[in-house]
Amino acid sequence: MNSEVRTFGIAVILFLAAATLPLISSGYLLSIGVSIAVYTVLATSWTLFSGPTNYISLAVAAFFGIGMYVVAGGIDLLPFPVLVLIGAVVGALFSAIVGLATLRISGVYFVIFTLGLAELIRQVVSWGQATMGTSSGLYVLTDFTDPQIYWALLVLAAVVFLIGWWIGRSRLGFALRIIGNDEVVAVHSGINTARAKVILFVISCTFASITGALVAPRYSYVEPTIAFNPFISFQVVIMALLGGVHRLWGPLLGVIPFTILWELISANFPTQTTLLLGAAFLLIVYFIPHGIVGLIESGIQKWKGDQHG
Amino acid sequence: MEIIIIGLLLGGTYALMAMGLQLQYGVARIMNLANGEVLVAAAFGTFWFFSATQVSPFVALIGIVPLAFVVNWAIYRFLMLPLVKRAKNQGQLEVDSILATFGISFIFIGILLAVFGGDYLSYSYMASPVHLLGETYGLNRIAAFLGSAVLCVGLYVWLNRTRAGLTLRAVAVNPSAASLVSINVVNASALAFALGGAVTAAGGMMLSMFLTFDASLGVIFTLKALVIVIMGGVSDIRGAILAAFILGLTETVVAILVDPGLTLAAAYVLFLIILLVRPQGLFGRRTS
Amino acid sequence: MDNHVTTQPALSIQDVTRSFGGLVAVNNVSFDLHENEVIGLIGPNGSGKTTMMNLISGALKPNNGEIRLYGENIAGAPAADIAHRGVARTFQIVRMLPSLTVLENAEAGGVFGHAKMWGAELHDRARELLQRVGLEGIENRPVSTLTYIDQKRLELARALISDPKVLLLDEWLAGLNPSELRTGIALIEQLANEGRTIIIVEHVMDAIRSLCSRCVVMSSGVKIAEGGTAEVLADPEVIRAYLGDENA
Repeated sequence: MNSEVRTFGIAVILFLAAATLPLISSGYLLSIGVSIAVYTVLATSWTLFSGPTNYISLAVAAFFGIGMYVVAGGIDLLPFPVLVLIGAVVGALFSAIVGLATLRISGVYFVIFTLGLAELIRQVVSWGQATMGTSSGLYVLTDFTDPQIYWALLVLAAVVFLIGWWIGRSRLGFALRIIGNDEVVAVHSGINTARAKVILFVISCTFASITGALVAPRYSYVEPTIAFNPFISFQVVIMALLGGVHRLWGPLLGVIPFTILWELISANFPTQTTLLLGAAFLLIVYFIPHGIVGLIESGIQKWKGDQHG
Repeated sequence: MEIIIIGLLLGGTYALMAMGLQLQYGVARIMNLANGEVLVAAAFGTFWFFSATQVSPFVALIGIVPLAFVVNWAIYRFLMLPLVKRAKNQGQLEVDSILATFGISFIFIGILLAVFGGDYLSYSYMASPVHLLGETYGLNRIAAFLGSAVLCVGLYVWLNRTRAGLTLRAVAVNPSAASLVSINVVNASALAFALGGAVTAAGGMMLSMFLTFDASLGVIFTLKALVIVIMGGVSDIRGAILAAFILGLTETVVAILVDPGLTLAAAYVLFLIILLVRPQGLFGRRTS
Repeated sequence: MDNHVTTQPALSIQDVTRSFGGLVAVNNVSFDLHENEVIGLIGPNGSGKTTMMNLISGALKPNNGEIRLYGENIAGAPAADIAHRGVARTFQIVRMLPSLTVLENAEAGGVFGHAKMWGAELHDRARELLQRVGLEGIENRPVSTLTYIDQKRLELARALISDPKVLLLDEWLAGLNPSELRTGIALIEQLANEGRTIIIVEHVMDAIRSLCSRCVVMSSGVKIAEGGTAEVLADPEVIRAYLGDENA
C-alpha cells in the first residue's frame, strides 16, 4: 500500500509539472506537447485492451476520426462539450458493434478487420458527402486555444490512467489477464470471454473518439483523409510496443521519445517517413520485443542479481 | 450481364492473388500483411518493363516471378523463421509475424515511393474492345483472366499431382504429423511462402493490365486477398476460387450500380457476413 | 439396483452423440454420476473419453442427447455457463497461465465460476487450497519454475477453488513417476473422502481400482461396459477392447 501511495504521489507531481508547459512555451514546444498528450491517451487506452489480450487493434484512426468528424460536423449547431460527449457515445456504439462482430473469433481475423476499418469509414463518409452534395471539407472554427486543448488532453490522460489503474485491480482486469494467457482456461473458469473483450475494446475506442473530438479545433479544416488517416493507428501501435504493453505506464515511455524522434524525422526526411516507420516496426519486433519497460525491468533484475551475487 | 462478365473476369484475377496468400497462410502459417505490397511492386515492375520495352507485359513474368520467389524466400528464411523459432506458442507467433510483416509492408511502400514516386501509374496494352454477347469489354481484362486461369489451373494440378505439392498440402493439414513422416517442415514452409509471393506477384502483373496503381494501394489488395481466403476457407483452393468470384462480382455490382469509391466497403460487408454466419469458410468444417 | 435410485443424479448423460465429419467420437452414450460418487471413465486411446469430458464441460457441443446437471440440461451451453453452474475440470495436458504467479493461477478459478470470491476471501481460500495440494510457501513464484507434478497440483487447486458440484479430472495422474503417483492418488482419495463428486479419466488402472467404486468403459465412441470397478475390469469384452481383437 505504501508503494502505491508513493507511485500515486509521483504521478500527481509529474501531472502538475506537465500542466505547466503552456505557461513556459506557446509555440513549437507546446505543439509537441499536444502531440505527446494526444498519443499518450491513444497509446495508453490502446494498451488497456490490446496489452492483456494480444488482440492487435489497428482501428485507432477510425475511432479518432469519428470523434473528430462529429465535432467538425456539428460545431455550428451544438456547443463543443456536447459534441465531445456525442463523439464519445458514437465511438462507443460503433466499437461495440465492431467488437461484437469480430471479437468472438480468432485474433488474426480481428487484426485484419481493424486494418482496413479507417479506410472503410473514410470511403463511406466521402461517399455520403458526395451523395448529399456537401463539400468534402468542414471548417472547425472555435476560439479554443492550444493551451486549453492541451489541458483538456492532460485531464483526459489522467482519466485514462485512473481507469487503467482501476481495471488492473478489478475482476475485469484479472479476467483479461487470464484470457491473454489462455482463453481455454478462461472459459472453463467461468469467464464470459467475449463480453470481457468487448467491454475493454469499447472503453479503449471511446477514449480514441474523445481524443479526436478534443483536438478537432486544432485542425480548423477537417476532411476524410485527415480525420481517418490510418497512420495514426500505426503510430499508436508502434509507440505502445516501443514503451511496453505490460505496464500501465509503459506506453508513455514509448510516446515521448517516439513523438520527438518522429518530429525530427518528418522535418528532415519528409519523403522517407513510411520507410522509416517500417524499419522502426522491425527494430522493435526483433530487438526490443518487451519494449523499454522490458529493458528497464530486466536491467533492474540483473542489477539486483549482481548485488546478491 | 455486362456486370456479371466484368465481375467474373475480375474474380479470376483475384483468385490468383488470393492463392498466393493462401499458400503463405495455409502452409507456412504466416499472416503476411505485406502480401499486397508484393502485388503492387509487381504491378510497378510490369509498368516499368512495358514503358521501357513496349513488349507484352506477359513477358515481364519471366523476371517478376523468380524475383518475387527469391525475395519472399529470403523474407521467410531471414525474417520469419527467427520469429517461428522464438515463439513460445501460436498466439505469440501470430502477433510477432503480423507486426513484422506490417513493418515489411511499410519498407516496400517506402522503396516504391523512392523509386517510382507517389503518382498513380497505368499503361495501355491490349486496350482494344472485344464484343461478347452484345457488350464490349477490354481485351486486356480478358487476357488477364485467361492468364490467371492458366496459372491457377497449373498451380492446382501441381499441388495435387506432384510430390512437392503433396508435401505442401501435408504441412498445411498438420505440420507436426508431416514432420513425423520425414517432411522438412521448415523447407516446405519456406517453399510455400516463396511460391505464394511469386503467385501474388503474377496476380499483380495481371491486374496491372487494367487497373491503376499507386504505392499505397497494397493494403487494399491484402485485405481483399484475406477476405477471399477467409471466405473460401484457409486450406481450400476451390473455396478460394469461388470466393474470389463472389468478391469480384460484388465489387463490380457496387462499383457500377452505387459508387466506384465503395468497393472496399463491399468487401467488408462480405467479410462481416462471413464472420457472423460461417467463420469456418464456405466449405470449411467447424473445428474445435 | 442400489440405494441411489431414489435420489436425483448429480450428472446424467443421456444418449449423447458427437461426431467430427464422418468420425463418430461419442456414439449414443448414457450414464449417471451420483452425488459423492467417484467414477472412472476408461477405455483405450481414441475411445472418446476426452471428447466426453469436453462435451460435459462445454468445450464441445453434442450433436444429440442431453447432459443434465442436477436435472438441468446443460448440453450445448457455453463452457463459461457450465463452469458457473458448478462443473470444473483439469486438462489432459496441463494448462498454466504463464504470466501469472502460483497464487494467481489458483485464484483464476475462484472469481468468475461457481464460487465467486474476491479480495481477502479469495486470497485466503487460494492459500488454503495451495496448502491442501502441497504448494504452500511458493505463492509468489512464477509458474514456469514449477515441476510437472506441481503444475498438476496447481491445476487441481484452480479447479477446486470454484467449489465445483462436479469435478472432471482428465488424466490428472498421467506422466507422474511412481512416488508422485502415490502422492497424487492419496490427494484424490482425500477429495473422495470429503464427499466430492468426480469423474476420472485415467489409464493408470491401480488408481482406478483404488479410487473408483464404479466405472464406465468406452471403446470406439461406444459405451461397452458399466458397473462395479472390479467386475468391469474383469469383463472379457473390456479386456478385448484394451488388448485389441487379435489377442482375444
